Amino acid sequence: MDALGYVRPGSVQEAVEAYAAHPGARYLAGGTNLVDLLKLGVEKPTTLIDLGRLPLDGTEELPDGSLRVGATVRNSDLAADPRVRTRWPALSQALLAGASAQLRNAATTGGNLLQRTRCPYFQDLDKPCNKREPGSGCGARDGVHRDHAVLGHSAQCIATNPSDMAVALAALDAQVELYGPDGPRRLPAAEFHRLPGEHPERDTWIRPGELITGIVLPAATAGLPSAYRKARDRASYAFALASVAVVLRVGDGVVAQVGIAYGGLAHRPWRARHTELALQGAAATPAAFEGAVALELAHAEPLRDNAYKVSLARNLALDVLNRLAPAPAPA
Amino acid sequence: MTSEPRPGHHSEITLRVNGKPHTLRVDHRRVLLDLLREDLDLTGSKKGCDHGQCGACTVLVDGRRLNSCLLLAVTLDGSEITTVEGLGGDGEEPHPLQRAFLDRDAFQCGYCTPGQLCSAVGMLAEAAAGHPSHVTGPETPAGPPVPLDRTEIRERMSGNLCRCGAYPRIVDAIEDVI
Ligand SMILES: Cc1cc2nc3c(=O)[nH]c(=O)nc-3n(C[C@H](O)[C@H](O)[C@H](O)COP(=O)(O)OP(=O)(O)OC[C@H]3O[C@@H](n4cnc5c(N)ncnc54)[C@H](O)[C@@H]3O)c2cc1C
Ligand code: SF4
Ligand code: FES
Ligand code: FES
Repeated sequence: MDALGYVRPGSVQEAVEAYAAHPGARYLAGGTNLVDLLKLGVEKPTTLIDLGRLPLDGTEELPDGSLRVGATVRNSDLAADPRVRTRWPALSQALLAGASAQLRNAATTGGNLLQRTRCPYFQDLDKPCNKREPGSGCGARDGVHRDHAVLGHSAQCIATNPSDMAVALAALDAQVELYGPDGPRRLPAAEFHRLPGEHPERDTWIRPGELITGIVLPAATAGLPSAYRKARDRASYAFALASVAVVLRVGDGVVAQVGIAYGGLAHRPWRARHTELALQGAAATPAAFEGAVALELAHAEPLRDNAYKVSLARNLALDVLNRLAPAPAPA
Repeated sequence: MTSEPRPGHHSEITLRVNGKPHTLRVDHRRVLLDLLREDLDLTGSKKGCDHGQCGACTVLVDGRRLNSCLLLAVTLDGSEITTVEGLGGDGEEPHPLQRAFLDRDAFQCGYCTPGQLCSAVGMLAEAAAGHPSHVTGPETPAGPPVPLDRTEIRERMSGNLCRCGAYPRIVDAIEDVI
């Protein structure tokens, strides 16, 4: 680790200016990913810009019924927020399914969205990795890739996004609020992360120097039945092999609104648009769910050692859909 | 840690550690765990993995449990830190949880124990403040303290690995102080 400069801005504007003034700088939030990667030598910033004193640690209800969550709100506090637990339960469940209590006490909304992949080749400087060092090759493609992607991967990279939170945000139609040299903008959480394509070094559509200022949970999914389910190698404190977040509104036995996103399957939370389209207006029955889920997963292209993820994801999705759907009225 | 420290790469910070103020000049790369162990000679907090994966380094920062191996000391200016050495406060008496760990024989080698103790103290405060866990039922009301059964304790303590597998007795000891 090389010597590090350190600045602690007091406002969003100062933070963005500090980034411009210090070539090679990185924003620092909870540090649970960045400090890890500093120690591994994967990240080599010249200067850290500490976001800890920015006024982004609050959560406020907006007049339209949505909830804005600041970028430096801790994952543990967000998961415990009664408004989140009652109106967007999939988000609280996803946060609580991630990492450990200690890590969630440090991790922030913004940092969680921007955490890097857990691909072991990415973390090992002795191995080729197109994400860490573009053009060096992908060690995982013919190597150990049991945990890697089955959807949307490229010749250059087969990594998955490790965030549980991001999967729930994608299903719930949340927005990501950004502030950069060109001012503020918003992106849908479902489109915030990229597919690897030819540029796996870029995880998201964030621009250099841009700051995540917060996320917005929309009124359109507030109070709807939603849930998150994750499968992992041990009961707790492990990343997802596959996971799913579902929000479902059923009226008169018919699907009126549905959002489904998978985790652990791709370079970004995978919004199951084919499934959603098939279910919209369809009868909310186990058979309909089964057919619609299969439509999406038919696009999977498993690697040598991870075909198990396809049936795992299918079973997770069916379990959650059937659980959220109201029991049919007795005939 | 390769390059020589240069100006602009150190800062002065003040921490209260176990009730005592310390003003220190820290390299910006220094993590709290190394500061405690090497600069303050508080070797109770242990380094297991150095990457947030084991919990041996858990301490309380302003009352919250955190992995001290991933916390840069410079970011903590003005914070109140409690390590295993400070759990009992000023007195000679150990913290009730330390007493329960002894009574229940909740360790073998003891390497994970300081982290388990600090983590459990933080965990009890979180449950009292109504924080849910992965195993808290969706019907549990948001707000009031969450009752802790063994399933809750195990899930909430999952950030602390014990290589000796003393888990059942760690849960026993924690149950004793609830
Ligand atoms: C052992 C272990 C197990 C874990 N298990 C899980 C798991 O099961 N599920 C899961 O989802 N996660 C897991 N995590 C990852 C954890 O959730 C992330 O490390 C954490 O959410 C990152 O947040 P942070 O605030 O600490 O980010 P930091 O480490 O501070 O930052 C991460 C990145 O985001 C950038 N950044 C941070 N905030 C902003 C902002 N506001 N604007 C712009 N850029 C910003 C930083 O520059 C950096 O590049 C695990 C981590 C560890 C160490
Ligand atoms: S899968 Fe992506 S992150 Fe992993 S080695 Fe290949 S290029 Fe690197
Ligand atoms: S030493 Fe900090 S978590 Fe292992
Ligand atoms: S007692 Fe040995 S690691 Fe827990």
